Amino acid sequence: MNAVSKWYGAFKVLNEISLEIQKGERVVVCGPSGSGKSTLIRCINRLEEHQKGDIYVKGIELNDSVKNIAAIRSSLGMVFQSFNLFPHLTVLENLTIGPTLVRHMKRKDAEERAMHFLRKVRIPEQAHKYPLQLSGGQQQRVAIARSLCMEPEIMLFDEPTSALDPEMIKEVLDTMIELAESGMTMIVVTHEMGFARTVADNVILMADGNIVERAEPEEFFFNPKHERTRTFLDQILKH
Amino acid sequence: MATSEILEHPAELPPVLASGPWRWMRRHFFSSIGQTLLTIVVAAIAIRTLWFLLHWAVLDAVWVAADPQVCRDAGGACWAVIVEKHRPILFGMYPYDQHWRLVLMIVIYLATVIASLTPACWKRSLLIPMWIASVTAIAVLMFGGVLGLPYVPTSEWGGLPLTIILFTGSVLFGMPIAVLLALGRRAPLPVARGLSVVFIESLRGVPLITILFVAVNIFPLFLPAGMEVNKLLRITLSIAVFFACYQAEVIRGGLQAIPRGQYEAAASLNMTYWQTTRRIILPQALRICLPAMTNHIIAAMKNTSFVIIIGLFDILTATTAVMQDPLWRQFYIEAYLFVALVYLVFGLALSMYARRVESWVAVGRI
Repeated sequence: MNAVSKWYGAFKVLNEISLEIQKGERVVVCGPSGSGKSTLIRCINRLEEHQKGDIYVKGIELNDSVKNIAAIRSSLGMVFQSFNLFPHLTVLENLTIGPTLVRHMKRKDAEERAMHFLRKVRIPEQAHKYPLQLSGGQQQRVAIARSLCMEPEIMLFDEPTSALDPEMIKEVLDTMIELAESGMTMIVVTHEMGFARTVADNVILMADGNIVERAEPEEFFFNPKHERTRTFLDQILKH
Repeated sequence: MATSEILEHPAELPPVLASGPWRWMRRHFFSSIGQTLLTIVVAAIAIRTLWFLLHWAVLDAVWVAADPQVCRDAGGACWAVIVEKHRPILFGMYPYDQHWRLVLMIVIYLATVIASLTPACWKRSLLIPMWIASVTAIAVLMFGGVLGLPYVPTSEWGGLPLTIILFTGSVLFGMPIAVLLALGRRAPLPVARGLSVVFIESLRGVPLITILFVAVNIFPLFLPAGMEVNKLLRITLSIAVFFACYQAEVIRGGLQAIPRGQYEAAASLNMTYWQTTRRIILPQALRICLPAMTNHIIAAMKNTSFVIIIGLFDILTATTAVMQDPLWRQFYIEAYLFVALVYLVFGLALSMYARRVESWVAVGRI
């Protein structure tokens, strides 16, 4: 990602962001609200369009070409703050709709794969329920499984635990930690500093559309270089 | 203090309120002097009206009479007029000795529709052959000209079968058009959006009668000489398009209720526009606007009676024509009540079914 900028009207959300992430790397992006961190990862899979600079995913340029966008999206999985499961489909159908419709997989194979990932997120017994019958934490784990069914190489997480009750945050984080241990490339926007410390290879602090600091967790938490990082950590870790 | 009481009696049950019919009556009808007076006045009016209706419709009514003079002497309702005239009312100008074909047509139609509305039958492998078979059978019965059945041109069709054909045709053609218009109005392409807006707004702004008049009298002028599109088909399509414009706006409301996250989730799974629309957005949007859609479907059923102005004999027009008979003419109220009952049966069936579907949606059965 090179000198990427984006404006919402006259407001510049991303200010010439340059960032490189290696395969297998786990990056946590944090920062105050309005700092552009969500917009950053939403630009990576074209839910938002960047207006300046270039984004490359696996060497493919993200531009107006529908073919490129499809190629990039097929290697990306996305998990949203509000889960965005399809409420009219059962859990199992939520997981199989992508593989059958987009990848033209046979229904039986897709269901097998879906059950495999449901077992991984430890809710195979909920397969035939509807999303709204599940707790928030379960819904988010279904959402993670739904992305994994598309066999992505990179997973994007946009504040995956912000809409959850405290006791449910842990089950989702545990799932994400397992995923990280399996070697998945992950970009996670979150305020969960504990998660950042244990899992991340790199932690990034964003503020006002800029990357303020990028460092390994030890360095980031115990020896931050920037004043801005220190005040942010003070605020967030005080409680 | 209240808190301490609750703590002392953790298993306390709510007090049982006195109940019973007298208490209920007192609460709802006689709770104050004003309300008591109102209750008495309304009850008096209601009883008098019901008494009159009972006499007119049942006690003094004539049920069977070949001679209208019997009705005139009786003073009550003359239901005999329906016994006497039900065939031209229900079947219009269709040849009298061929009416059995129409009865069979209505039976096939009702069976097909009831089967189509039953969730157990919602399989493509069943519905498509069933509809092809029914439509073919109905066409053979209505037109004739094969299998030894005399040919009957559409200009002689009438009554309930015509109402059914107009209504079903306009809903079957109209719903897909409505969905396309609603999608078009929210499409990313400005051309599609513009066309949909112009189409919807211009047709919605015009009375149905005008559209029917144009379809029947003006549209043929634009066709090349010798080419002819069946009048019944033209009219069905006109009602369908009119219905579609209203329905499109209802569906648009449903589309707007779908959160953006649904589109984003589908996009992140790499689904195309049509895949997203067909599998994610429309199923949810149509569920949301089901009550309002039912509303317009029932309105469409009654809109079929507008064909009176272009000389088709639907059930209402047929009744008007039948009641020109000078012998029976004065009993038009009874005849129209009968037609109202037919509409009411269809309308009630539709709204009861729609309510059933809503409850299925609520429990996630469909």
